Amino acid sequence: MTNVAEISRPPETIFQQNLRNFMGNRLAVASTAVVFLFILLAIFAPLIAPHDPNTTDLFRRLQPPAWVEGGEWSYLLGCDQLGRDILSRIIYGARISIFIGAAVILVATTIGIIAGLSAGYLRGWVDVVISRLVDILLGFPYLIFAIGLMAMMGPGLINIILALAYKEWVIPCRVVRGETLATREQEYVEAARALGASRKHIMIKEILPNILSPVVVVSTIRMAHVIILEASLSFLGLGVQPPTASWGSMVSDGRAFILESWWVSTFPGLAILLLVLAINVAGQGLRDAFDPRFHE
Amino acid sequence: MGFGKFLERVLHLVPVLLGVSVIVFIMMALTPGDPVQIMIGDQAITPEQESALRRDLGLDRPMLERFFVFVGNAVQGDFGESFYHRRPVSEVIAERLPATIELSLVALIFALVTSIPLGVLAAIRKNSIFDRIATVISLLGVSLPGFWFGILLLMLFAVHLNILPVAGRIGYASEIAPITHFLLIDTLLRGRPDAFLDALSHIVLPAITLGLPMTAILMRVTRSSMLEVLQQDYVTFAEAKGLSRRRVLFRHALKNALIPTVSVAAIETGSLLGGNMIVETVFGWPGLGRLVVESIFLRNYPLVQAAVLLYAVTYVLLNFFADILYTVLNPKVKL
Repeated sequence: MTNVAEISRPPETIFQQNLRNFMGNRLAVASTAVVFLFILLAIFAPLIAPHDPNTTDLFRRLQPPAWVEGGEWSYLLGCDQLGRDILSRIIYGARISIFIGAAVILVATTIGIIAGLSAGYLRGWVDVVISRLVDILLGFPYLIFAIGLMAMMGPGLINIILALAYKEWVIPCRVVRGETLATREQEYVEAARALGASRKHIMIKEILPNILSPVVVVSTIRMAHVIILEASLSFLGLGVQPPTASWGSMVSDGRAFILESWWVSTFPGLAILLLVLAINVAGQGLRDAFDPRFHE
Repeated sequence: MGFGKFLERVLHLVPVLLGVSVIVFIMMALTPGDPVQIMIGDQAITPEQESALRRDLGLDRPMLERFFVFVGNAVQGDFGESFYHRRPVSEVIAERLPATIELSLVALIFALVTSIPLGVLAAIRKNSIFDRIATVISLLGVSLPGFWFGILLLMLFAVHLNILPVAGRIGYASEIAPITHFLLIDTLLRGRPDAFLDALSHIVLPAITLGLPMTAILMRVTRSSMLEVLQQDYVTFAEAKGLSRRRVLFRHALKNALIPTVSVAAIETGSLLGGNMIVETVFGWPGLGRLVVESIFLRNYPLVQAAVLLYAVTYVLLNFFADILYTVLNPKVKL
């Protein structure tokens, strides 16, 4: 009976196979769980954070973590120079890092897909213009470009997203353009063309679904990079402004007190490392499972 | 690569460099705040003096004309006057540049010296403890925020162990009259080994912080390219001939395995430029990166504009040389 049941089971789709490969990579699955944990922390920050992240208490100024002499368990990771609870600020800071990371990747991937599809499928002057723009933007070191833009636009949440997305779209654009160039010659695309499908239809309905997986993989790995860039801008004082908690500015705040209060800088930095590491490992797992070029 | 191809690549640089200048110009032209008002600051001047200043700076001319003047001047190294220093921008930048170049070069050397042996070791002993260490370092290298890693190093080596200095390029007692403005070279030229060691102790932590991401990337490239080369027929043949393992590895395999490493190193040298701003801020390193960050807060825009342009042009040229280097080293690749 078992054999009959096995035979009658419909064959696995490529997606299911890839998913099974991914689920077999325990490290990648654990990392994905860590990423989701951070997302949950960010969403439910008001319910999870033990204190208000911006409430100052000068009696608790630079109070050490709970396990160090002078610490207390209701302020697990200690307090900063204004007596604010570091754990609560890290939990709220997750909102900034994840929101900016996701928003930049969403905006950049959308622009990158539109530009890359147009350049790769339409070719001609559209390709020339987009490719030249990509070359020019690749001419700037990323952080310097973002710093220049932030100097121009001034600090602020939306400005950071724009400053990072202005250059980030180049990465998905190059991936999509390359994949589109290869896919546009496939028989099923030619068949759609022969049937009289419009260019828009071919790009969106025929090509896009078939090139989406490398784009998703690249975007996941790039999100780690964007989170570090956002933290770097905040560290330099060009990110979200006080008193909003952001991990980069928390590390920067603690720099003045590293001699006596190591915890102020250490824990927010650890949060960045943990999230970025988890995204990188999960992204590599996704790439190994979903990108056929990386199949052993 | 023929001269024609080389010329084609050089010509390809022109629109990119022009586009980069347009973006830098627009970036600063759209920056809020009137440069004249920033220059005047608290000084009381008449409206006539103000319009004369505006005319001197060329701010009364149309945008397009201003752009061509900007590019024309930039080509001659003239970026105007630094609002804050009241001196030519090029002079201020030239003062800070050697510190940044010195730091970048030491970071590059650190990255090469650590990544190549570890990458090779990870490849020839695949799945060994070395391979695992290499994997961990390469993951950490791309995941550690540079500013935080720098602070951790400071806490450990400068504060707790107290064996390395906290900030700066050299101690007061070791200061010397500059010759090349590269302190590691100048201290030796002046015959001051004590000052050399002092300068070296100052540069160690910033260079490690700056070089770590590059170490991670180069190690990964060296490992995978070495693994690939070790499977090639000529390596099997060399082994079959009875050559010693050491000879096969170092004389035959490594020479070819390093081609991608060298090319990627050339490209990644450009990425050190961005890292400089962070590392120089953390370690109080008196270089160009820190100057740019300070200038943003002082709204010293001519300096920011010149530095961003300088960084971008250097980056484009480094990528260009990386391309050429790759072609020269690897005759199979044609541009």
